Amino acid sequence: MNLAVCLLCIILVPLAAAGLALIHQGLGRSRSAAHAMLATLCALGVSAIVFVLFGSAWAGYTNGLAHTLQLAGNHWDWLGAEPFFANGLAPGLLRSPYPALVLALQMFAVGLASLIPISAGTDRWRLAAICISSALFAGVIFPLFAHWVWASGWLAQLTPLFGLPPFTDAGGAGVLQVVGGLTALSVAWILGPRQGKYTDKVATAIPGHNIVLVLFGCLLALIGWIGLESAASMLFYALNSIQIIVVTINAMLSASAGCLAAVLITQIRYRKPDASLSANGWIAGLVAGSASCAMVSPLAAFFIGLVAGTLVTFLVETLELRLFIDDPGGAISVHLGAGLWGLLAFGLFAPTAGPRSALLLAQLVGIATLLGIIFPLVHLGNLLLNKLIPFRVDADGEWQGMDIRELGAGAYPEFVVHADEFVPR
Amino acid sequence: MVSGWMLALAALLLLAGLGQRFAFVLAALFVEILGLGLVAHRYRSLQRGTE
Repeated sequence: MNLAVCLLCIILVPLAAAGLALIHQGLGRSRSAAHAMLATLCALGVSAIVFVLFGSAWAGYTNGLAHTLQLAGNHWDWLGAEPFFANGLAPGLLRSPYPALVLALQMFAVGLASLIPISAGTDRWRLAAICISSALFAGVIFPLFAHWVWASGWLAQLTPLFGLPPFTDAGGAGVLQVVGGLTALSVAWILGPRQGKYTDKVATAIPGHNIVLVLFGCLLALIGWIGLESAASMLFYALNSIQIIVVTINAMLSASAGCLAAVLITQIRYRKPDASLSANGWIAGLVAGSASCAMVSPLAAFFIGLVAGTLVTFLVETLELRLFIDDPGGAISVHLGAGLWGLLAFGLFAPTAGPRSALLLAQLVGIATLLGIIFPLVHLGNLLLNKLIPFRVDADGEWQGMDIRELGAGAYPEFVVHADEFVPR
Repeated sequence: MVSGWMLALAALLLLAGLGQRFAFVLAALFVEILGLGLVAHRYRSLQRGTE
């Protein structure tokens, strides 16, 4: 592994966080824009601190220390057992930089994933609650699944345990995106819809306040995503640094296909392309493509992105109009929906020496784990935290906007904030 | 949802054939989606109550 290339890729990851931050603040109301950006910084900060001090011990790394269970004659590696507070990291650097590189990547990755629920809670999720929920995410939820997949945990050990290929998630479609998306779903349910979103069972369109920033965020996210996928593939799947070229090509292809699919579908359905759905299509392409990265052909990456972009346009509508889930940034559709598709797509398109159904089964076991154990853990944790620190701002605060209520000043003080007059669908 | 996950693990532990395992893991996923649907239904009912 090329240390300099890997480090460079890791340094690019915060650009993905910047991209997501611009997207979710742009898709929210103008009166909550500064709050959304500050929430992003706070979530990144809390996640980094909690993960380095506590979470990294449980996340561990390949061939590191781990807690194991003896079950049916097999050792189940279920949790890392590294020292807390990243003790021993600096002296160990001279022996091997691998643990430090894994820690650096995961520190940014956990921050990126903790931003996903902020998008679903835009305009009504309190800052203190965002911080405490991010701490739970970075301290417990993320390390658990990251260990299972990226640190020789039981999902990466399906071959010795069950004779199946390992569950594979090269760029974090499951570890980051689906786990973040499940948290977004939990938060959206706990918070409930924004005031005025549903009247007499009819959804009201609350348009984002700055689509230019949303689209700029998509471009920033692309660079960060390439860094994330490349670094994760090198660290966890022994990808050669030359293969980063394929990661780059595949990421661009899947993002483009996702965006163009959304442009085309919205053009057909609404007679004009929808900019916010197209931006969601772009990110959905990146999310879905990140499970496979360099492990599939460019044609497969294009198809994965195409399906992700199509899926997202229908999922956004289904969640909003049929399931009555108010997700202003489309985080659930983009990160959960496209992430699950990406994991499944790896089973469909990745090259395999054994039967295709075995590879697909391994991916399905990973998906079943995400839905069957990670979501209940996330939701239970968030429900308890909601009792401790109520997640939702009061009705007056929501009407005033999160900027004035929680920060005492608006993001755009020289502009007149528009009234609550939105066009019913 | 947790029962669905248990079902998937039990299928891997107890069954040997790829086809049988596949069928049981699919069934486990169905159970999990059913659980997710029930949670969605509960939250929708709560929303209706506050409207």
